[in-house]
Amino acid sequence: MTAPLTITVNGQPRTVAASPWRRLLDVLREDLGLTGTKEGCGEGECGACTVLLDGAPVCSCLVVAGQADGRAVTTVEGLADGPLLHAVQRELVARGGAQCGICTPGIAVCAAAVVDGGACRGGDARAQVRELLAGNICRCTGYQLIVDAIVAAAADVERGQP
Amino acid sequence: MSAPSGPVGRSLPRVDGVAKVTGAARYLDDLPLAGVHHGVTVRSTIAHGTFDGLDLDPAFDWSQVVVVTADRLAWGAGLAAGGFGENYVAMIDRDQPALVPPGGRIKHVAEPLALIAAPTKALALAARAACTPRQTARPAVLTIDDALRADVALYGDDNVFKQFLIRKGHADDDEFDLAMVAAAQIIEGTYHTGAQEQMYIEPQAMAAWKDGAVHVAGSMQCPYYVHKALKVLLGCEADDVVVAQTVTGGGFGGKEEYPSMLAAHCVMLTAAVGAPVKMVYERDEDIAATTKRHPARVRHRLGLDADGAIVAIDVDVVFDGGAYLTLSPVVLSRGVLHAAGPYRAPVVRVRGRAVATNHPPHGAFRGFGAPQTTFAYERQIDKAARALGVAPWAYRTRHALRPGDTTATGQRLEHSVGTDEILAAIAKVAGPPPARTGENAHGAPVVRGRGYAFYFHGAGFTGSGEQRLAGKARVVARADGTVAVLASSTDMGQGAITIFAQLAADALGLPPSAIVVPDPATDVVPDSGPTVASRTAMVVGGLVERAATALRARVEAWAAGAGVAGDFTARATAMIAAGVGLDAHGALGETVQYEPPPGIHWDDATYTGQAYPCFGWAGCLVDVEVDRDTHQVAITRCVHAVDVGKAINPVIVAGQIEGGTVQALGWAVLESVRYKDGKVTNASMTNCIVPTFGDVPDLETIIVECPYPYGPHGAKGVGEIPMDGPAAAVANALEDALGVAFDHVPILPEDIARALAGAS
Ligand code: FES
Ligand code: FES
Repeated sequence: MTAPLTITVNGQPRTVAASPWRRLLDVLREDLGLTGTKEGCGEGECGACTVLLDGAPVCSCLVVAGQADGRAVTTVEGLADGPLLHAVQRELVARGGAQCGICTPGIAVCAAAVVDGGACRGGDARAQVRELLAGNICRCTGYQLIVDAIVAAAADVERGQP
Repeated sequence: MSAPSGPVGRSLPRVDGVAKVTGAARYLDDLPLAGVHHGVTVRSTIAHGTFDGLDLDPAFDWSQVVVVTADRLAWGAGLAAGGFGENYVAMIDRDQPALVPPGGRIKHVAEPLALIAAPTKALALAARAACTPRQTARPAVLTIDDALRADVALYGDDNVFKQFLIRKGHADDDEFDLAMVAAAQIIEGTYHTGAQEQMYIEPQAMAAWKDGAVHVAGSMQCPYYVHKALKVLLGCEADDVVVAQTVTGGGFGGKEEYPSMLAAHCVMLTAAVGAPVKMVYERDEDIAATTKRHPARVRHRLGLDADGAIVAIDVDVVFDGGAYLTLSPVVLSRGVLHAAGPYRAPVVRVRGRAVATNHPPHGAFRGFGAPQTTFAYERQIDKAARALGVAPWAYRTRHALRPGDTTATGQRLEHSVGTDEILAAIAKVAGPPPARTGENAHGAPVVRGRGYAFYFHGAGFTGSGEQRLAGKARVVARADGTVAVLASSTDMGQGAITIFAQLAADALGLPPSAIVVPDPATDVVPDSGPTVASRTAMVVGGLVERAATALRARVEAWAAGAGVAGDFTARATAMIAAGVGLDAHGALGETVQYEPPPGIHWDDATYTGQAYPCFGWAGCLVDVEVDRDTHQVAITRCVHAVDVGKAINPVIVAGQIEGGTVQALGWAVLESVRYKDGKVTNASMTNCIVPTFGDVPDLETIIVECPYPYGPHGAKGVGEIPMDGPAAAVANALEDALGVAFDHVPILPEDIARALAGAS
């Protein structure tokens, strides 16, 4: 029996008695009940499983739980501040950036990290979104309305609007 | 567009938006199911042959594992006697077994042979690895030509699932030949389009449990298709099985027929285990086993007179239907009905066949047969313009169908013909074509070109389909002041529940927030027909609007008599409290059934008449840039103008158009499903690729509204038409850029290299 893992999930320290070799995705979904993180491929291609590990986007299907031990994980459930949505979430709803929604948690998490980090502003904002989000596949939207939403969210963040 | 007064025509945020961006929306795999077992499928590895039996590794611990083969089940006994009905996934035909029984015939790779359930998915997968099916291979049918030769019979003795013949302006082949011989020139081509994977990001997922009735819930487009299939499989009555859709992570046609297979498997395992069972496919399995767009071969001849007008069109369409019939006849029907294109032609002959092969069954995918034939005719029209020395858009402008013209089936177009609006919309924004040569952003030398396509798409079911289907919808006022819209149409991301709320709210004079649209379950909602064929807004939306209008009239009549004032909610709540006009369940509701618009005549025997209640129209302009060194194609501009009748929610409509556009661009230059010996050899997202954020340019979407008089507020279909034409526009742009013809999709860099080597 290995020692339990300690992971700070969405700001709360959590202790999980899970094998360090299990996928972070499964530990989040099965052990912690955080089913907002989705599995679309299990091989690092679709980005539906994206979470933030110490603030950086990773595919949680490619990360073993042991790698998250002692570190901070943010999932889609941790983006909003209570009922107050993150700018990325709010703009995705307002601008039609979510259709079936299965890609949306991964896109929201990745985009939140990107816009909070100050990217996707200025004249080439749309090109930046296309490059920085290239690891997240959406089959429904054709991407246009998601790009609109993320650029708008980056502007909101720049203005200091939550 | 004038400013809307009510909720219709406004881009209200989708009602399920917040749940989707916060992760609160529960898809099948997210739902807690106490004591659930995990099901997996043992599949064939040969394309054709016999299933001789299943070997279980004696070294494996089978104590917690249940294995089901078809010979272990009591077929014919029926559910009431603790058994099953018939071992078929019933669709149009009953030719596809739910499980191939030992001794039975295997007809494709990845065909289900046995089922396994275990308390954990890991154990179920380990058990599957400890199973070996014994199989004896036979010669397989892997091409359209082999199927038509019929040396190996897979379906009947000719391998033809279904054929159609459309004749316009001639009585027989001799007369047709006379018309074609009179042409001043004939443009001729053979076009091949490949299989395409829907690649919904939520894989197929289903669960079943027993609780009095047999319950099935999962990711699906058509709860009543699943319901119908399970009645046959279980040998039971309608009330014995309840099918519910859960939040569905994309469908695009891929969750039209295949979910019935998972439902059958979950039900079989649940009976064997005595506990709930869920099945969630792995991505590789989903790609390898489930339906895809039909590969097609289309031979097309255009006879032109000296002025370039079309005197005769001759089309021969063959679709590879795969191993079982599934929905191929219906897909083929739509393919042939669109094959002559939206152009004037006095004489048309279209022959279509769907043939059986040993590929996994091909099936529904957005566009439903029309993208394959649209690719052919829009390449042909481009070649005709080129041969005549006429600008491609000008040629289309001259010969496209207008009101008063007739289609290939003799349907006279009267209303809602968007041709001129579409042609003008594209011409207005087109601007000058890109510079022929130059450098791309990375400094590599490129060649550029521009291509166009113009097309139409019949909205709703073909011919008398809607009448036969007789879809229903119900609107119910509830004591808590809310109004529920009950319809079996599913929301798989396309926004159905939001537009239903908008339509009902508009008819009732309420805010959309007063409307709830419960998840469709067969014990709650009436059968509105399947969520397919671009029919949800136009047909079912129309039913919702009518039911709401009827309910409002009834409530207002009562309120006027009873002297009750206030809005609909106040009056309906008072009427419910007074106990007036309630149905057996104590609800105040109205159910309406589909009624065809006046003057619809369709003859199924001759394939003549009004094939569709109306058509959507679209035009596409694509600019491409080809890297001269790598032959990589970049789509640098894509303008798509689509006539949707009326955009009930413009942002949702734009999202539909853009999503379809990118699937079409992907089909044109990226998306390739490779078969070898009947097996998909690229069954993973790593090499069965679809467009990413970086593969497509910003899209220029133009919504055109030529109202359909019998649709709600004028709305007609939008879901499929964006898939039909962009691939032809890309191929036309590549011919413009490179001077060589590309008559197939996908057009990959190696195809371009080969074509250029051949041309030089
Ligand atoms: S599930 Fe992790 S990238 Fe697709
Ligand atoms: S919204 Fe469906 S995959 Fe992105």
